[in-house]
Amino acid sequence: MPDETPEPSDAEAPAAGDAPAPAEAEPEPEPEPEPDPRHVELLARLDATLGDAVIEHADALGNLVVRIRNDAWGRFAEVAKSDLECDYLSFVSGIDWAPAPKEGGDDGGSDTSSPVQPTEMTFGAAGSGGRFQVFAHVQSTTKLWGLTVKVDVDEADPAVASWVSVYPGADWHERETWEMYGVRFDGHPSLRHLYLPAEFEGHPLRKDFPLLARVVKPWPGLVDVEAMPEEASASEPTSAEDATEEPAAVTEGGGA
Amino acid sequence: MSLTLALEVGWGTTMAIKTLVVLMIIPLGALILGYTFLLKMMSHMQSRLGPMDPGGFHGWFQLIGDGMKFIQKEDLMPDGADRKVMAGAPAVVLISTFLVFLVIPMGPDLVVKDLDVGVFYALAVSSLSVIGVLMAGWASANKYALLGALRAAGQLIAYELPLLLAVVGVVMQAGTMSLQGIVYAQRDGSIFGVDWIGNPFILTQFIGFLLFLIAAQAELTQTPFDMPVAESELVAGYMVEYTGFRFLFFFMGEFGTAFAFAAIAATLFLGGWSVPWVHGDMANLLGPFVLFAKLMFVAFLMFWARFTYPRLREDQLQAFAWKVLIPIGLLNLLVTAVFKVGF
Amino acid sequence: MSTTETPAGVPSFELDRNALRHLADAQINVELDTGDMILNLGPQHPATHGTLRLVVRLDGERVLAADPVIGYMHRGYEKLTEVRTYPQITTLINRIDWLSSFANEVPFINAAEKLMGIEAPPRATYIRTILTELSRISTFILFLGEMGLQVGALTPAFYGFRDREHVLNLIEGATGGRFHPNFNRIGGLKDDLPWGWVSETRSVMKMMLDSCDQFEDLVAGNEIFHARTKGIGVIPGDIGTAYGVSGSNIRASGVDWDLRRDGEPYLAYPDLDFKVWTHADGDSFARYWVRLQETRESVRMVLQLLDGLPSGPVMAKVPRIIKVPEGEAWVETENPLGQMGYYVVSKGATGPFRCKIRSASFSNVSILPWLLRGVYVPDVVTILASLYFILGDIDR
Repeated sequence: MPDETPEPSDAEAPAAGDAPAPAEAEPEPEPEPEPDPRHVELLARLDATLGDAVIEHADALGNLVVRIRNDAWGRFAEVAKSDLECDYLSFVSGIDWAPAPKEGGDDGGSDTSSPVQPTEMTFGAAGSGGRFQVFAHVQSTTKLWGLTVKVDVDEADPAVASWVSVYPGADWHERETWEMYGVRFDGHPSLRHLYLPAEFEGHPLRKDFPLLARVVKPWPGLVDVEAMPEEASASEPTSAEDATEEPAAVTEGGGA
Repeated sequence: MSLTLALEVGWGTTMAIKTLVVLMIIPLGALILGYTFLLKMMSHMQSRLGPMDPGGFHGWFQLIGDGMKFIQKEDLMPDGADRKVMAGAPAVVLISTFLVFLVIPMGPDLVVKDLDVGVFYALAVSSLSVIGVLMAGWASANKYALLGALRAAGQLIAYELPLLLAVVGVVMQAGTMSLQGIVYAQRDGSIFGVDWIGNPFILTQFIGFLLFLIAAQAELTQTPFDMPVAESELVAGYMVEYTGFRFLFFFMGEFGTAFAFAAIAATLFLGGWSVPWVHGDMANLLGPFVLFAKLMFVAFLMFWARFTYPRLREDQLQAFAWKVLIPIGLLNLLVTAVFKVGF
Repeated sequence: MSTTETPAGVPSFELDRNALRHLADAQINVELDTGDMILNLGPQHPATHGTLRLVVRLDGERVLAADPVIGYMHRGYEKLTEVRTYPQITTLINRIDWLSSFANEVPFINAAEKLMGIEAPPRATYIRTILTELSRISTFILFLGEMGLQVGALTPAFYGFRDREHVLNLIEGATGGRFHPNFNRIGGLKDDLPWGWVSETRSVMKMMLDSCDQFEDLVAGNEIFHARTKGIGVIPGDIGTAYGVSGSNIRASGVDWDLRRDGEPYLAYPDLDFKVWTHADGDSFARYWVRLQETRESVRMVLQLLDGLPSGPVMAKVPRIIKVPEGEAWVETENPLGQMGYYVVSKGATGPFRCKIRSASFSNVSILPWLLRGVYVPDVVTILASLYFILGDIDR
């Protein structure tokens, strides 16, 4: 597969056929930056070993991100350890691309202290096939290169192969990913809770798992802007930016 | 017996007074050692001050206050503990300490009972504390306590031998096992004719002195031999389930035994209560203070090592005793015998 | 008294006893078939540096199998980062590795700056490097003393705390906070250095070198310390990297890998001339020794940085409300505990969409089940001390 690093800025670069006349007033298009030779080498080796299991790749600000097919996940670990000489496992984790439910209902927009995420589902570097992805980062301590690899997992029954036989350190990472996202790792010796108690229900890092502190007591917004004493006596006790008193919501729950 | 004040008292009264004195010495000795070395010397070595407030002057009241606090605490025992054995363990340790003090002389007449086999007796009864430790560890119904007690049992028994070998050299030189006899031998003896400092066995039995110090350190389960009470692993080992006055007994037993061993070391190697040119009733008056000064010096050495060194692991500790200390002790014995017979 | 029940879900500790036959005293135990004991080290325990719980199966004093149970300090950082803005997250992530908190902020701020395309001015970069190295020195000095404590020497721990105070005073002088400076901002730093700070730092660095010498005499040179740490807890280099062990731990196993030199260039490290220390043995003593040398190296780095400190602003021009453009960034740094990395996924809002925090101690501790097989109970304590993890780093 020829190496192409799709960069957003190149979208409007002139296509090969648009050779302008030498004396054109059109500004010189920015020369495409040299692709990182390590990325070139990595992709070449991946192409040789995995071939078409590599769906897509991208360069995320200097980091090579590769998306592979679900059935190739286990093979990738072996390839990474032997052909890519990546002896070091950095992490294995998951990502849920669904947009977070809006906090405080639809009118929570006036509060700038909490980030407002977009409501449509968009995907990041190297795209995604659905809501859930598992991603990992492996590096080489000898060749000094590394790459991030993503894989799509089915939303209804998320499952992917386990890396424990190749990278024993993946044991805990996979337990954490299962615990937080519900992704099953086939071949893992004992997929059990890592951080949370054994009877915990739910998978906390999924976007539909509410951050309980928010549900019980809505984020009060900017509360650190208080009127000066002399102004306070002249005007209303509460400042304009203060969130309105919400006694009902506060006394309802046990507090965050 | 008669004192300088020419009081005539019967044998029973004398015994009673002496026993009372010894009973008072145990907590007092523990207090003094604990305050001076554990609270103050350790703190100063670690760039801090130690207690300063209780009692006003440099916190001298701290340990007494701690003792008072311990006494009024609730008597807790864990659920599955063997109550009788758990209650008896500190008593066994304290009794063993008390028995050692019976032979330590503080002056020509100031000894509860000067046994002919004084040294042998002292070492024998000091080993009784092993039973107390094992009782404590087993009865506590706690795995940490059990680990600590088993370590202690192995260690205390292993280090009896170097202790003994160190002492036998002294006994050979003095020609008697009685502690008073050993003191007299040091005061009235001479080293190859030089006699103005007597014959303190620390000079001729230097190796024996070192051996004794090391073995005593192990007998007291002090770092570097404190695996049984390894603070950062077992959190007080066999004593972990003890609170209140039972813990106080253990504490007093530990420091009381340290006091006793320091006193024995001072008696065996430094000349005990004697100063070479002082005889008679002056010696009775000065004796306790002289002995106290010498034993504080020995205790200083012991506690200095305690606060500096890391601890040896149990198997390394045993290997050290069996493979290093005992051969050195035997060698020392050999050399002493040669010198004794030949010169 | 010994129990052999296995709680639900925990893998059974079935072990091939024949595999241990080569161990001298295991021979006796195999023939006697004494019962095994399950001991719980923690979560409250002086040896486990915080709320780590180790469930070990013992045969006498030998560990047959060990299972670390973590999560007693899990604060849900990755979920929290999804509802916080970038400046708010800076406050949060201080508390991941609380002994060297300034170093935690750096990779995250770098990731945010990378996504925004902002570069901090050179003075800010230098000051960040100085503060990172100061936090490295402070945490390593504490380690040098506190490992002595775990092995049994009571005194070096106090020296460690005492000497660390000087560095904490420096950090407080510059940032206002001893433990949680919260000093980084996207685009630079909150404030410039106070007057006289540079000369004060120079004298403190001299004190730190003296302190290192003292630790070398008192602890590293002690024969009992050698007996307790040499040959204990050997991590072979390839197994270590497969587990993700990083930092001084893996360098003590002979793997010559330091992100300050070998990773993507960050902060002012490209301008510095420093040596990366490795040791071939991979045992607990090697880990102690490597950290001792790295402390001295950090002192030399700080002095170089102070000599080359450029003048200028400490904050780049950034908009008031920070909205980070869409993208993904991975930034990894060489923190005192090991490799720390942040994978920040942004969708153009004021806070990240997903922030994966790769903390060093998590992987360092994951090697324990493999490492603790067949060691004695006292060695467990030595190994835990030599790996030097922080619970906040494991549990996030």
